[in-house]
Parts: sequence; C-alpha cells; structure tokens
Amino acid sequence: MKRAGMYLAPVAVILILLGAWELAARWDLISNALNIEDFLVPAPSDIATSLWRDRSLLADDSWVTLREVLLGFLCALAAGLVFAVVLHLSDTLRRAFYPLLVASQTIPPVAIAPILIVWFGFGLGPKVLLIALVCFFPVTVNTLDGLRSVDPQLVTMMRTLGANRRQILTRVELPSALPFFFSGTKIAIAVAVIGAVFAEWAGAGSGLGHQILIASSSLLTARMFAAITLLSMMAIVLFALVALIERRVVTWDNRGVTRT
Amino acid sequence: MQTRLRESSPDAVAGATVAVSGLAHSFGELEVIDEIDLEVAPGEVVAIVGPSGCGKTTLLELIAGLRPPEEGTISVAGGTEPTGRLDRCAYMPQRDLLLPWLSAVDNAGLALRLAGTSRGDARGRAGAHFERLGLAGFEGTRPDQLSGGMRQRVAFLRTLMAGRPVLLLDEPFASLDAITRAEMQTWLAGVLGPDRHTVLLVTHDVEEALYLADRVLVLSSRPARVADRIDIESPRAADRAAAVTSPEFAGLKERALRSLMEGRR
Repeated sequence: MKRAGMYLAPVAVILILLGAWELAARWDLISNALNIEDFLVPAPSDIATSLWRDRSLLADDSWVTLREVLLGFLCALAAGLVFAVVLHLSDTLRRAFYPLLVASQTIPPVAIAPILIVWFGFGLGPKVLLIALVCFFPVTVNTLDGLRSVDPQLVTMMRTLGANRRQILTRVELPSALPFFFSGTKIAIAVAVIGAVFAEWAGAGSGLGHQILIASSSLLTARMFAAITLLSMMAIVLFALVALIERRVVTWDNRGVTRT
Repeated sequence: MQTRLRESSPDAVAGATVAVSGLAHSFGELEVIDEIDLEVAPGEVVAIVGPSGCGKTTLLELIAGLRPPEEGTISVAGGTEPTGRLDRCAYMPQRDLLLPWLSAVDNAGLALRLAGTSRGDARGRAGAHFERLGLAGFEGTRPDQLSGGMRQRVAFLRTLMAGRPVLLLDEPFASLDAITRAEMQTWLAGVLGPDRHTVLLVTHDVEEALYLADRVLVLSSRPARVADRIDIESPRAADRAAAVTSPEFAGLKERALRSLMEGRR
C-alpha cells in the first residue's frame, strides 16, 4: 500500500497533464493560440494511434537507435574505466590530460556530429563514436573522483598488511569507486540517447532521431511525438536497468571508505 | 583457551625485539618527537601513554616503517630499513577500517589473501579463530551489521593473521564506549596472556596501559620525550575489576597521571 502511494502522486500529475493536453488539442486551443493549422498539434490519443499504426516502422527505428546507444555506451564504459585508472595511477598523466578531458566536454555534440559523418560516412561507426564521446566524460570523471576519494588510512592499512600497488587498486580503490562509477554511468546512459538523436540528425537512413526529421518534414506531427515518446521511454528503461544493476552490485554502505 | 593465535613461525618470537634509539622527528617546523629511546623485549607488552596530539601515532608509524625518521635508529626483529620493518610489524590503526564489501571472515583473512592464499584457505584459517574471539556465527556478516566491539575484534584478528612478529596497536579501543572498552581490555589480556606476543600499545587511557602492559612509558606533550617508565608487577590479571581498583594500581595510576601532568609544557 505504501509502495503504491509512492507512485500515486507522479502518476496523477502525468495523467492530469495528458488530460489537459488532450482537451486543449481536441478543442484546438493550442493551434488557435499559436495561429497554426490544427492538425499540427496532435492530441495524446493521436500519438497513441500513431504508435500503434506505425509500430513496425517505429520498431525498426527503435532497434537501430537502441543498438547505437548500447554500443556507444559500452565503448564509453570500457574506455572511461581504463582512462580513469590510468589517470589515477599517474599524477603526471592526470595533470596532463585532465584539462583536455574537461575541454572535450565543452564542445557541443551537435557541432562535431557533422564532422564525424564527413569523416566516417553514414554507417554505424560515427554514431557509436559520438555517443561514446558524450558518455565518456561522466564515466571517467566520476570514476576518477571515486578512486581519488578513498580514505588514505585504508591505503596505509593495506600497505601494513603487505599489499602491493596493484592489490590496493583492485581490493580497495576499485570497489570503493564503484558507487561513483555508477553515478557517472547513470548520467551517461541518459545522455547517450540524446547523443544518438544528434548523430542521426547529422546523417542517417534510419533510427528514431532520423524518423523525427522525416516525420517533421512531412508534417506528420503525431508520428514525430511517437518517436520522441519511444526515445524517452528507451532512456528511462535503460536508466532503470543501470540503477537495478547498481543496487545488485553495491550492497554496502560506502561512507566508511571515502574521505568525506 | 590454549589454541595458539599466532600465525608466524616459532622463531619469529625469539627475534621479535623492538629497539628505538635517539629518535627525533618533525613535520616541517613542527617538532613532533624530541628524543625517544625505547626497547621491547620478545613477548613483552609495552604501553605508551601520552596526551592527545603528542605524536604517539607518529611514533608507531615511524616504527612500522610507514615513514622514515629524521633522526635516530629503529630496529624491529632485526629489520632496520623502513621496508624491512613494514614486513615485520602488524599495525592496527585506531579506526577498524574494515572493508564494507567483505564479510567478517574475509576481512580477518585479508592479509592471507594478499599473500596469495586461496579464498577457501584464508576463510578456513581466519575462521578457526572466530570462536575464541567471541565471533562464532558472524563469519559471513558484513561489518555494518557488527557492533563496535565486534568490529574491533575482527580488525584485531586481521592484524594477527598478518603473522608478523610484532604487533603495533594504536589506541585500539578509543572509539568504544566505557563498558565495551573494559570488556575488550579483559579480552585482549586473555589473548595476550598465553601467546606472549611482542606488543607495542599506544593509548591515552592510563588505566588501559597499566592494566595491559608489562611496562608503561609516559610521554610528554609535543615534542614527545619519555617522561616516565613504570614497570608493572603482575599485568593482565584475570579479574580486571579487582585489579584496577587495588591500592597498588591506584598508586601506579597516580604516578602515571602525575608524570603526564609534569610532562605538559
């Protein structure tokens, strides 16, 4: 009962908003206010109809986008983890690369997406690369922070027990950095979907981002919203999956091992 | 009660002498240790008491080889270089520092795992001591489910399982409440009694020092030097309550407290 109550408020808010939108669209309130044709403002029921009618088209596009997102995300996880460990182990490399790492994040993915398309063509490669680029930063920075926040007394304790550098890394630093790693991972999976849309907008023949472009140029607004709904659901489900894995893996209270 | 807790080879006991002479250390401008000479014979328990912030922990860290001293020589079981000392000392820090993702038995057997022992072997060898330490049944429990006293005992066992000839204990019971601390002192006395470990115990609790040690060194406030040396006739009595309320104990306590007060500058 308590659990059900927890979801009651957000579900009610969503239902009220959808209801208001439905009525506003049905009575042409929005299109009149914006002074546009009324078919350009689909009601939630129109979007639902499009989701069902265009299901095979949207399913194909969803699969394409999901594959890009997962590949890019997993590449970023692996690279981010390795990069974080390397920067953690070498003060010199950290000082050399950290500003570059931050600078890389200031370049908007929209700006580099066309360049990647020009260089690597219209295939899967440039999409995976762009998604990996936007995911890389949160994973690397969070993991590095986690590795560096280990209580120095724990490291001293490990040394007195005879641990070498590798053992300190694998037995203390990496486990205690796991919650940080997962924080970065959750941010990464959410931005991965956004990255996929940018990548597809820069040049693609399929995918949900591509479908949004096509549908909007054909003024198929209901289908556009249907694709947006699927993108959003994809991000939410992937985020929930990562959160679930985190709960399964990080079963301890990490407060005892970090400095703050 | 006759199960031996020591994991090291028997000959380690014979050479387990700690000798410190002419030791001085400072952190930049801050003089922490003025001049300290001390010796711990094999199988002896020596306690070091001193006011807070007098450099007790620094002294243990220097002996353990965690940092090189500025002046003086330190020898632990024949090892004079910091790395050699690190191999011969088991250091138990103030905080239990148990790894929260490992069970009690895996925490206790950590040193064995680091030395390459298989997980099953390490669990078997560490777990064999759980009953005697009053930890039976808690082998698979994570540290956050253990009481403060139990966590401290797991940390002590972890230190012991390192199998080093010398134990360095840095205020092991400082974080516990008074009743648990008294229990732990009785318990430690029982453990140290039959096994004759060479122990250097640092504490700011005079009673703890006088009850547990064969010899008590009183340090002055920073920069630390030895203000007094007190030999204890019959340490680690089975009945702690009776021992610490005896007139002789009260006399020693008064002497130690006086030395502490005189050592303040």
